[in-house]
Amino acid sequence: MNAMFETAASECHPASVPDYTPLPELRDLQLKRLQAVVTLAWKRVKLFRTRMDERGLAPEDIRSLDDIAKLPFTQKSDLRDTYPFGLFASPMKDVVRLHASSGTTGKPIVVAYTQKDVDVWTSVLVRCFAGCGLHRGDIMQVAYGYGLFTGGLGAHYGAEGLGATVVPTSGGHADRQIMLMRDFGVTAMCCTPTYFLHLIDRAAELGVDMKELPLRAGIFGAEPWTESMRKHIEKMSSIEAFDIYGLSEIIGPGVGCECRRHQGLHIFEDHFYPEIVDPETGAPLADGCEGELVLTTLSKQAMPMIRYRTRDITSILRGQCGCGRTLRRIDRIGRRSDDMLIIRGVNVFPSQVEAALLEIEGTLPHYQIVLTRVQGLDEMEVQVEVTPQMFNDKIGALQELHQKLQSALDHVLGIRVRVALVEANSIERSEGKAKRVIDRRTA
Amino acid sequence: MRIQQISMFVENKPGHLTMPARLLAEEGIDIRSLYLADTQQFGIVRMIVSDWQKAARILETHGFAVKVTEVLAVEVADRPGGLTRILVALDGIGINIEYMYAFPYSRTDEAILIFRFADLDAAMARLQAAGINLVTSEELLTK
Repeated sequence: MNAMFETAASECHPASVPDYTPLPELRDLQLKRLQAVVTLAWKRVKLFRTRMDERGLAPEDIRSLDDIAKLPFTQKSDLRDTYPFGLFASPMKDVVRLHASSGTTGKPIVVAYTQKDVDVWTSVLVRCFAGCGLHRGDIMQVAYGYGLFTGGLGAHYGAEGLGATVVPTSGGHADRQIMLMRDFGVTAMCCTPTYFLHLIDRAAELGVDMKELPLRAGIFGAEPWTESMRKHIEKMSSIEAFDIYGLSEIIGPGVGCECRRHQGLHIFEDHFYPEIVDPETGAPLADGCEGELVLTTLSKQAMPMIRYRTRDITSILRGQCGCGRTLRRIDRIGRRSDDMLIIRGVNVFPSQVEAALLEIEGTLPHYQIVLTRVQGLDEMEVQVEVTPQMFNDKIGALQELHQKLQSALDHVLGIRVRVALVEANSIERSEGKAKRVIDRRTA
Repeated sequence: MRIQQISMFVENKPGHLTMPARLLAEEGIDIRSLYLADTQQFGIVRMIVSDWQKAARILETHGFAVKVTEVLAVEVADRPGGLTRILVALDGIGINIEYMYAFPYSRTDEAILIFRFADLDAAMARLQAAGINLVTSEELLTK
């Protein structure tokens, strides 16, 4: 082990030891695991074998990590097309858990775990939480939805694996979340960032000062969020906010997480091998280049995923993190390749809208973009909820706020949008994830 | 003398007043006065109610953006010149009226003017010095 980082590694949680694996050793491990997972998928998953055959590829052709680029991609539609069990590599008797995510259209996506998969999942979440400075003695409230969604149970097992006390509140019932947070002395919260913003607002309405609570960390994920949102959350609640990344197709939450340096998210690449590719052509891109994140599960048994196209846009950060972990980091994910809206020919990302709204003091990012087509022209409306903090009982003050939002959005997006102030809590929230875009344009 | 007024943000859409009105009715809260300031897109409902603390709590619990502001209620004769007398008393000392609205008493020949001032204390002193009757919240709710 690198002498400089000995202290960090020796003080860490036992589960976090792999975070510090020397690079040559890590690459060897990754290659061995890649060869094994490709062999497994080739033997057991018909779709993968067909695609390998079409390319004239066999598992033996994977001789180095760079050879991964020869392998075919897997896409979300592959999971739908083979619904429900077509991509499983284990017989059902070895599958101990199924999760499913509601697809935006049509059939859900089903994912499977063997006992070993569940154990790996737990171990990466322990490594996430330990990296956030949490440990035995912490009281962790898990407000991700429990059930078919991977968020709740994933975080739950991880928190228990860490040795923390888990408060499994699941999603919803904001008043009760706040009451338990206060009464139980919760020190860490796991939920989506937008749900936590909602809790901050609600706590203020109930007269509970988040800053006075023992809460010191928030592990937020399941949707893209921005640096300015982090600053806002940290200011309003006096906690340290961490970005956690994951997706059900790969394992669930725990694919990657920030450490206390907050300079990108470490990918637990002894289990999930990251690549960045050009979202248009699929060509591999060098570290530091922005593109689509592609992940390969290196140790998954029940449902190995080879080169899964995440649609998340990021880059692999160059250089090693100051924390001493040898794991590579990805930049925070601000957008997805399928998030992009084209409005009157101009590319618009919801994250740009969010950044513009946050620039205006007092505006919390509960917003929704509604797209319509009027006489062949795209119209974009940004609905912004008027929170009690923003509300002023003078018409002039509200008009001024409206005007400020209007110019901030026009400036950032470069197109004229309509801004509508709407009543607090009037924008629908589902599973704690805010639905940001409603597209009513018909082709 | 200070009256607690409840203001609430509503969208300017059909049906958006029904829910808050029903919530207050269910709790037996009487709306003494209601004034709607509106733009094309949104409005502000301003109300003086029988129990402002309870009303604010109920509306907040149901997710409405609510503010409690202090206003003054002034009693005037409900005939030509009634309003002028009040405004004259306020003129010339730089007290800005942020907004105002009026409503008549049902069985007397008086009207009530509700004022929101940038500087409430200065306005109150000025009106009292001019011998103008300020109505207390008790009077407002019982008349």
